Amino acid sequence: MRIKRETLLSVALVTPSIIAIAIFVYGFIGWTTRVSLSKWKGLLPDYTWVGLENFKGLFQDPRFHIDIRNTLIFTVIFVIGSLIIGLGLAILLDQKIKGEGFFRSLYLFPMAISFIVTGVVWRWLMNPATGSRMSGLNLLFDSLGLDFLISRWHTTPYWGIAFIALPAIWQMSGYTMALYLGGLRGIPVELREAAQVDGANEVQIYRNIILPLLRPITLSAMIILGHISLKVFDLIVAVAGKQLPLDVPAIYMWQVTFDGYFFGRGAAIGILLLLSVAVLIIPYLIYTLRTEAEV
Amino acid sequence: MKARSRSNKWLIYIPLILAAFFYLIPMYVMLVTGFKGFEEVSLKTMWDLPKGIRFDNFVAAYKALAPYLWNSFNMVFPAAIISSILGSLNGYVLAKWKFKGSEIIFPAILFGMFIPYQSILIPLVEFMRDINLYGGLPGLVLAHVIYGIPITTLTFRNYYATIPKELIEASRIDGCGILSSYWHILLPISAPAFVVVIIWQFTSAWNDFLFAVVLTSPSNWPVTVALNNLAGSQIIAWNVQMAGSFMAALPTLLVYIFLGRYFLRGLMAGALKG
Repeated sequence: MRIKRETLLSVALVTPSIIAIAIFVYGFIGWTTRVSLSKWKGLLPDYTWVGLENFKGLFQDPRFHIDIRNTLIFTVIFVIGSLIIGLGLAILLDQKIKGEGFFRSLYLFPMAISFIVTGVVWRWLMNPATGSRMSGLNLLFDSLGLDFLISRWHTTPYWGIAFIALPAIWQMSGYTMALYLGGLRGIPVELREAAQVDGANEVQIYRNIILPLLRPITLSAMIILGHISLKVFDLIVAVAGKQLPLDVPAIYMWQVTFDGYFFGRGAAIGILLLLSVAVLIIPYLIYTLRTEAEV
Repeated sequence: MKARSRSNKWLIYIPLILAAFFYLIPMYVMLVTGFKGFEEVSLKTMWDLPKGIRFDNFVAAYKALAPYLWNSFNMVFPAAIISSILGSLNGYVLAKWKFKGSEIIFPAILFGMFIPYQSILIPLVEFMRDINLYGGLPGLVLAHVIYGIPITTLTFRNYYATIPKELIEASRIDGCGILSSYWHILLPISAPAFVVVIIWQFTSAWNDFLFAVVLTSPSNWPVTVALNNLAGSQIIAWNVQMAGSFMAALPTLLVYIFLGRYFLRGLMAGALKG
């Protein structure tokens, strides 16, 4: 009898959170889906059914084509850049050097800062002005004699979005480093020693033993970084405001919904973003929880 | 062989120090600009050290940002504390009192951590209007509390999972029920997990922009929205923006500097690793 009462009580303890998540996550996703299938355009809700019209309109919209292209370029550069820098720094820090804690904290601190602050500062670092008005990193490169690095940054035609990945890498590569460092620390020392006894050199040990063991970390990092980049929004707004060459789905969603009152289309963008994140996250959740259960 | 590798070890510091410069550049620019006097400020001399320590920029930035900084403080503490308490209760039940269906509920809660908020934004705004919480800070707190539940639940569940089952069983033999064993056994040893979770929620609520910009009206803006607005305006000089950015970053930076170890643990929980 007591067991039963306790089960009820345990369910009761989590019920408020379950209800909150059920409404605010799943209920709202359902609601957004309904809006995405409606005609709603204007201040007052209009749930007239239009089927997939909003999605069709979106895929025929040149602006959305720019968004998809920009998201792809940004994601590739941001994820690969963060992984390479993160792995490189983690391997360097794993060499039992003095001051490891100091460097580790230094590389990680950008994580504590908001994308807005990062964006506002990088907006001035990536100032594209030339000649006597030159400033920011261009001015630094100029005075160091590194003229070949001088760039138009995010105002570069066609590839501007690639430069927005730079502040994003600045912010997230330290985090990637921490993930890899955790992974490196989890590799038993015996494995390395055995390889050394067998006559393997450092490079061989890393290539044949350590890097393959870090593959699950790379996967986690790719998924976490990938889902951040699909949602990127505030960083771009803070660096460059809202301008078409640097547009991404999250900015389009915000403008079309809250400035343009085209709720049907805004909801459609939200649902497409959700689907693309879900494709990454659901297999990841299942995989992680299953391996956790096996341990 | 060994001697050679040791003598070359200092080479490692070259890339490490170069990387350190990369991470410090924005901080350097924020600080040297912030401490310059108004007459000293110029984009041409952006990289030069200030001639003395002046607070002109910070005073101007504080004048522009003060009310919004206070909005952020008023929003962040309740958001962090309430979602931590909920997370602790959920984590306790999901780690120690598994019931039928709890193994489905846990990932279903976790999924909420990853969704792009664009997919719930329209209903969220409508809902807040309906319950009269639109425009003010309580509505923003509510959003941070609810969308914070997944990460706080995850962290506490992983933490409580490391605590031996025998401890709970022993307390039950002593006549403790589910609530009293939480209160007497788990809560007193939960401090480390609370620190991790509160820091994490503090940081993410402080740094949030999306919820703030759609849910609050101008007088209730937190500092991120106000700073972005400041940066977009033509009236506020870039040097004041730099000082303002530093002020907006300072609270989470201080948390990071003094409690960084815990912050790191919070990060790792975000990667689903306990």
